[in-house]
Amino acid sequence: MNKTRKTAVLGLLAACAIVLSYVEMLLPPIWAAVPGIKMGLTNIVILFVLYKFSLKYAAAISLTRLLVVLLLFGNFMTFAYSLAGAVLSLVIMAILKKTGWFSMVAVSIAGGISHNLGQVLVAMAVLQTKEIGYYMIALSVSGIVAGMIVGLVSALLIRYIDKFITM
Amino acid sequence: MENTNKKTLRNDIILIGAIILIALIGFFVFLITRKDGQKVNVLVGGEVVYSFSLEDTVEQQILTGENNQNKNVLVIENGEASIKSATCPDKICVSHRKISKSGETIVCLPNKVVVEIE
Repeated sequence: MNKTRKTAVLGLLAACAIVLSYVEMLLPPIWAAVPGIKMGLTNIVILFVLYKFSLKYAAAISLTRLLVVLLLFGNFMTFAYSLAGAVLSLVIMAILKKTGWFSMVAVSIAGGISHNLGQVLVAMAVLQTKEIGYYMIALSVSGIVAGMIVGLVSALLIRYIDKFITM
Repeated sequence: MENTNKKTLRNDIILIGAIILIALIGFFVFLITRKDGQKVNVLVGGEVVYSFSLEDTVEQQILTGENNQNKNVLVIENGEASIKSATCPDKICVSHRKISKSGETIVCLPNKVVVEIE
C-alpha cells in the first residue's frame, strides 16, 4: 500500500474509532449495579489495525481517539481511566497476538478484560479503596461476552473488507 | 491449517477457562468474606469524612470539589445506604442499588466519593 493511501485509510479508521466511542456513550448502562460494563466497540477498530497494520498504528489510533474524546466530551479524570485501560489492553493484546497461540476472538476477550482491569486499578489507586477490585468479578464475565462479539466483528471485517482497504 | 486451527481453539479455551476460573475464585472469596455491615463510611479522596451507623436514619449532603460545587446526597434508612441525588454527569452512583453488606461500595468517580460499608 502506498503512503498516501495508508495515511488516508488510517485517518478513516481513527474517525471510525471516535464515532464508535460516541455511539458507546449513547447506549444506556447495561447493568447499573456495576459501572463499567460496556461493549468496547472501539476495540473493533483497534483490533483491526493491530492485525492489519501494526502495534505502532494501533497505539497511534488509540491515543488519537482518547485525545479527541477528551477534547470533545471529556474531563481529565475519565481520560486517566481510559488511558490506563487502553494502554494495558493494547499491551496484552499485542503480546497475545505475537505468541500466535490464540484466535482473534480470544485476543479480543483478553483485551476487553484488561481494559476493565486497567481502569479498576486506577480507580483503586485514586480512591484508595481496594473493595472496588470486586467489580472485576462481574466485569470479567461481561468482558468475555463483549470481547467475543467484538472479536467476531473484527474477524469478519478482516475477511470481507480486507481487500478494499489494502487494494 | 486444520491442525493449527484445532490448536488455536484449544489454546483459546484454556485462556478463557483460566479467566473464568479466576473470576469464580474471586466470587467465592467475595461470598465467604461478605458479612452484614455495621458502619457506613464516606470517603473523599481516600479519607473518611463521615461515618454513620447503618442503624441510623440519615440524610447527609457530601460536598466536594474546590468550591464545594459537587454534591452527593447520602441516605441511610432501614439498614441500607444509597445515594439519593448527585451533581455528577453520569449519575451512576444514584442508580446504584442500595448497599448493606460489609465490603460493598457505591462509587462516584467524577466527584471522587466512595460510600463503603464496614
